[in-house]
Amino acid sequence: MTGVLVVYRWELRKLVRQKRAYLGLGAAVAVPIIFVVALSVQKGQPNDVAFGRYVRESGLAIPLVLLLFGSIWLFPLITALVAGDIIASEHHNGTMKTIFTRSLDRGQIFTGKAVTALTYAVAAAVAMGVTAVVAGTAKSGFNPLVSLSGTRVSAPRSLGLVAASFAVYLLPLAAIACFGLLLSALTRNSAAAVVGTLMYALLMQLIGILPGLGAVVPYLLTTQFQAWQGFLRVPVDWAPVVRAAWLTAAYALPPLFAAYLIFLRGDITGE
Amino acid sequence: MAVDNVDLTVEPGDVYGFLGPNGAGKTTTLRMLLGLIRPTAGGVRLFGRDPLLDGARALEGVAGFVEGPRFYPYLSGRKNLELLAAYDGLGAGRTEIDGTLELVELLDRAKDRVGGYSHGMRQRLGIAASLLRRPRLLLLDEPATGLDPAGMRDMRALVRRLADGGMTVVLSSHLMSEVEELCNRVAIISAGRIIRESSLRDLLATAAGSYRLETTDPVRARELCESLGVRVTGAGAGELSFAASPEEVARLTIALGKAEVGIYGLTAEGASLERLFLELTDAEPAVAA
Repeated sequence: MTGVLVVYRWELRKLVRQKRAYLGLGAAVAVPIIFVVALSVQKGQPNDVAFGRYVRESGLAIPLVLLLFGSIWLFPLITALVAGDIIASEHHNGTMKTIFTRSLDRGQIFTGKAVTALTYAVAAAVAMGVTAVVAGTAKSGFNPLVSLSGTRVSAPRSLGLVAASFAVYLLPLAAIACFGLLLSALTRNSAAAVVGTLMYALLMQLIGILPGLGAVVPYLLTTQFQAWQGFLRVPVDWAPVVRAAWLTAAYALPPLFAAYLIFLRGDITGE
Repeated sequence: MAVDNVDLTVEPGDVYGFLGPNGAGKTTTLRMLLGLIRPTAGGVRLFGRDPLLDGARALEGVAGFVEGPRFYPYLSGRKNLELLAAYDGLGAGRTEIDGTLELVELLDRAKDRVGGYSHGMRQRLGIAASLLRRPRLLLLDEPATGLDPAGMRDMRALVRRLADGGMTVVLSSHLMSEVEELCNRVAIISAGRIIRESSLRDLLATAAGSYRLETTDPVRARELCESLGVRVTGAGAGELSFAASPEEVARLTIALGKAEVGIYGLTAEGASLERLFLELTDAEPAVAA
């Protein structure tokens, strides 16, 4: 466990010295600000998405709208930026042999890296959530939300539901991070792993809109990005949340285990 | 098959030269010893431990690098060492890290990013990173490759200092002068097999007994050599080289005189590791990096 913490701590230190980390977090912060600025200079609102019609009534509707927009490519891309790079960059720099010839086992190093990739996804979600709440509240006020059931929810409780929504949103994001880790270990190429992970998320969404495949839509990974809407019903609908929990585990664990095996058994040659 | 039945016996305090032409299997052997690659068949033992079965524990007391040390280019030299020291869990503090940097003459560049280091500086940082593990055995894969003459001199001086301090060093190289200068024992690998292992002194002794003859009639001189059973090892314009015992040389010179073959010069050539290396490895095909 100590070895995993050592790796985790140093992976975080390495991240803060890399531009790509700031690129993703910067996007997570910039998007809510751009959204609020656009809302300020234009009339109307995105009526065709859940909570879109309330963005001018409550600032707490804004982070929820952004969750929907962000699931298309923004959050998968931000997650892939680090998950797809965190192993591949060691091969690119030739440092895999450097760290593999120290006193930590490969399993400890892999675990530290996996936790770091997940931490980055959490950090991006928190950065966007906090920025969206602050910017949204500044624009539309800290006002009660109208739930998907049509009932009014007090502002403090709505804030708690927004936080819970972001937490549930992290489940499919973690599965995407695991897939990114697999591609990172498999391809040993950052660009291929990042783009491949994004393509994976987009492919899931494409399958979701293909005619005749309606039966599989509830089980697609990308559909789980909407599971948080269960919290915004009165009473809370736990069914989508529970389904998101086991489905994302099913999507996350196989690639995570495969990445672990590749990392554990891969030969380090020619670097 | 890249390497086959390679067995190196390195005694404490040795500076052990691991010689071989490109593709002979030197780096493959070191990679297997460090657990970076798996043998397709058989096993690897280092101090009796198997890097693939025992994991990182198999490398206790061992440090080094293969094919040049690599570091995180966006971190400073000191930060890279701090990271590696943390990965070793040996608790090397700032003082020890700075002491190691000073030993490899990088203390004044410790704050600079490794991305801006020269090749020679990275090689020296690689040795510093290895020393942080406080190894009993240091494995260095062609540490002087790519260095300019001054860098090579500094690198050799550094290895010499470490050896003088009692550290056991295995030095993979194809630079004969480097091995002759630094090593007391050598193994020569060719086509994945160890073809000679001995002390450097013994190895050079086997290369002794070579002569260069400058003569008025090299064709006739060669015939006389062959008639006396003297092995001709080379020939050039007006000269030929041969290997012979002192008694054979005496008989040859008498025979040359009787045959009225004039001698401009007869020179005993010094034992050369390079010549012996080439003789031993020339016939072997290369199979792996």
